Amino acid sequence: MSTSRQYELVYIVSPEASEQEVTDLHTQVETQIARIGGELVKSENWGRRKMAYEIGPHKEGVYVLELINGSGELMKELERRLRVSERVLRYLVVRVDEELRAAERTRSRRKVRTGPPEGSASDEMGGFDRADDAEVR
Amino acid sequence: MADERRSGSGGRGGGRGGARGAASGDKGPGQRRSLFRRRKVCKFCSEKIDYIDYKDVRMLMPFVPDRGKILPRRISGVCAPHQRALQTAIKRARQLALVPYVAD
Repeated sequence: MSTSRQYELVYIVSPEASEQEVTDLHTQVETQIARIGGELVKSENWGRRKMAYEIGPHKEGVYVLELINGSGELMKELERRLRVSERVLRYLVVRVDEELRAAERTRSRRKVRTGPPEGSASDEMGGFDRADDAEVR
Repeated sequence: MADERRSGSGGRGGGRGGARGAASGDKGPGQRRSLFRRRKVCKFCSEKIDYIDYKDVRMLMPFVPDRGKILPRRISGVCAPHQRALQTAIKRARQLALVPYVAD
């Protein structure tokens, strides 16, 4: 498993689903990770929360977040299973390793600089601004 | 105050707004001074937020006005790199119904 990547998987389960069905989905994710290879880093159940818009007849849903280290094939299989499951209203898979690495890099770079961080940072950004914004200063 | 600001924006748009500014106000040559506006600073730069998380609805909502649109950075003052990150974060949050596509 040389190509280990970090993914965030969030899925919304129908509010009509029982506790048991929600945990069933979670164990299904776990078994697939075990079968194909990978690692479950973190798992969070946000519980029932109101959605910003209705999905079908539902106004709220049960949100579950899983942070997974694994391959693309694993995520493909998980996506397929979530798509098939009727209780899942929606899911989203985001690959996060590169984004987190980039955030880490800027954080360490800021530590190295040690000068007045706010001033220098905003000056840098000023360079990207459009001419009219710069003039207002 | 509002009048001064308008004459200032005319100056930036047309280039030769100086004459108009002098005619309308007594501020005359000190046009620059008259259009003082608080400089907008990027919220994410000043608070040193490196990663804009799509799951953090409380962080995103100030940039999604009532209508559901993404607040332009001309108004929010967010810098270009952070606006780009914010944009993808909001779009991801929309897919998960954490943030509305449209609302009124």
